[in-house]
Amino acid sequence: MENFFSRYKNPLVLVVVLFLQVIALATQVKRPESGKAPGTGGTRLIRVWTATAITPFERALVSTGHFFRNTWHDYIDLHDVRKQNQELQEELARMKMEQVRLQDDADQVRRLRALLDFKERYVGQTVAAQVIGTSGNDLTRTVQIDKGSRNAHLKPDMAVITPDGIVGKVKEVYPFSSQVLLINDRESGAGVILQSSRLHGILRGSSQGFLQVNDVMSDEKVDVGEQVITSGGDKVYPKGLPVGTVTHVAPDSEGGPFLALRIKPAAHLDRLEEVLVVTEISEESSAAGDDATPHRAADILSQRLPSVQKPADANANATGAATSVVPSANRSAPSASPSPSPSATPVKKKVAPEGSVPNPAPANATPPKPKAKPTPSPSRDETTPPKADERPPGTEKPPR
Amino acid sequence: MSYAISLTSREEIEVHRFSWPVSIGIPLLAIFLQVFVSKWLTFIKNFDLPLLVTIFFAVARRRPIPGLITGALIGTVQDVFASPVIGLNGMAKTMIGYAASSLGVRIDVENPGSRFLMTFVFCLLHRILYMFIDLGLVGGSEPWLWGHTVLSAVANGLLAVALFAGLDRFKLRS
Repeated sequence: MENFFSRYKNPLVLVVVLFLQVIALATQVKRPESGKAPGTGGTRLIRVWTATAITPFERALVSTGHFFRNTWHDYIDLHDVRKQNQELQEELARMKMEQVRLQDDADQVRRLRALLDFKERYVGQTVAAQVIGTSGNDLTRTVQIDKGSRNAHLKPDMAVITPDGIVGKVKEVYPFSSQVLLINDRESGAGVILQSSRLHGILRGSSQGFLQVNDVMSDEKVDVGEQVITSGGDKVYPKGLPVGTVTHVAPDSEGGPFLALRIKPAAHLDRLEEVLVVTEISEESSAAGDDATPHRAADILSQRLPSVQKPADANANATGAATSVVPSANRSAPSASPSPSPSATPVKKKVAPEGSVPNPAPANATPPKPKAKPTPSPSRDETTPPKADERPPGTEKPPR
Repeated sequence: MSYAISLTSREEIEVHRFSWPVSIGIPLLAIFLQVFVSKWLTFIKNFDLPLLVTIFFAVARRRPIPGLITGALIGTVQDVFASPVIGLNGMAKTMIGYAASSLGVRIDVENPGSRFLMTFVFCLLHRILYMFIDLGLVGGSEPWLWGHTVLSAVANGLLAVALFAGLDRFKLRS
């Protein structure tokens, strides 16, 4: 018997082990009447013990794997991330540059649209030009534009404007470019009107680059902030275009009977990019410019009723009417400036009371609306107020 | 006395043993890879690493009783994690362990060709035993996929050639 067991030891062990496993398996197999699921029999302890014994090792292995994987991904394998980060940085830089470029394009479109609107409303024929250079020093204030006699048929003394206001005039014309003398150059000059007080004057530049009007009598009242527009009398700039704003009012430093008005230009003379060269002033613009200077009711009255005298200047603010007649300022225009017309000579004339007429050409480039029936005026500088304020003869309030 | 290239006498057979860490760690690692890592590396499901480890240890030890016990333990632990009932893999691997250790006594299983062929056959046999036990004792009805079974046996055979070569380093001469 002992010999049998020793001889068949291996098969016997196999059979025993298999038998034990069959028994274990049999306890797990679901019996139809028991209703227990497979695996819920007597082997549950085996599962629990085995899982309890194995799971910590497995968990440790998984944690180790996660540690190495995280170490690899978070620390070692970072050269790709660094490269990707660099690429993203470059992409971001490209996008920023693209955004700046698009912003520039949008700004340019906005400026050009404003320029086009301005052109359509104010002046008959213009040529858009790009500013391509400046004088490069503070002694002269000129800019170069990319239009000349061949590519745009420009001529000297053509006005150069922007939607914000006048810029200057064409000084030298070359085949494919031109030199523009800015209005703040000391050799510049332009006939202007103070919009509220209707005082005429000549705008001059200076060696320091600011604008000034020095031919207004010192007994006139000029407020800081008053708008200045072109008078059209210089035959260069269309009438009614914004010029600037009065920023400083002071007596003449030379002791003369005049005021020294400092004007802040409406156009950004130091940041010019696109400009319009007025090659032809349209009839509409001219008419609008004529209407831009309102006619005074008192002038109409005195014209139609010659017996009525013009009211004095002192009554201007109180009565709403206005007076004129001021001795001409015996000052000549700058030598190189466009010769202002007689109407634009430095003459102090109060044309219309403040607030009595609608603003014909406000500084924000509201276009003057032409009248259907131009009112006859005795002179170019004395115009009638608009119809709203115009009283028929006989109903006019008599001047004090 | 050698009868053929693949047959060796018992005196010429080298019997190997393994250290305890290797004897426990490698089967646990095989089960871990098969049960847990196959969640992410799905191609592992085409292999049966616990079976390969069972075959390796059984053949290397060349003693049926340690072989069948190794198979029984590995199979049982595998059943704990991978089978609804404990005993399917346990019984199948018990018989494979016994057969492999018995075969290892008689033939040379050191060269790659015999290792591939042996593993291929044992994989098919393991599958048959598993299906038989499942069908006969548990009442399972798992479909028999011949093509997949053969391809899996080939893949296991190829893997066994490389795996056994690596595991040979842990052998200790007795």
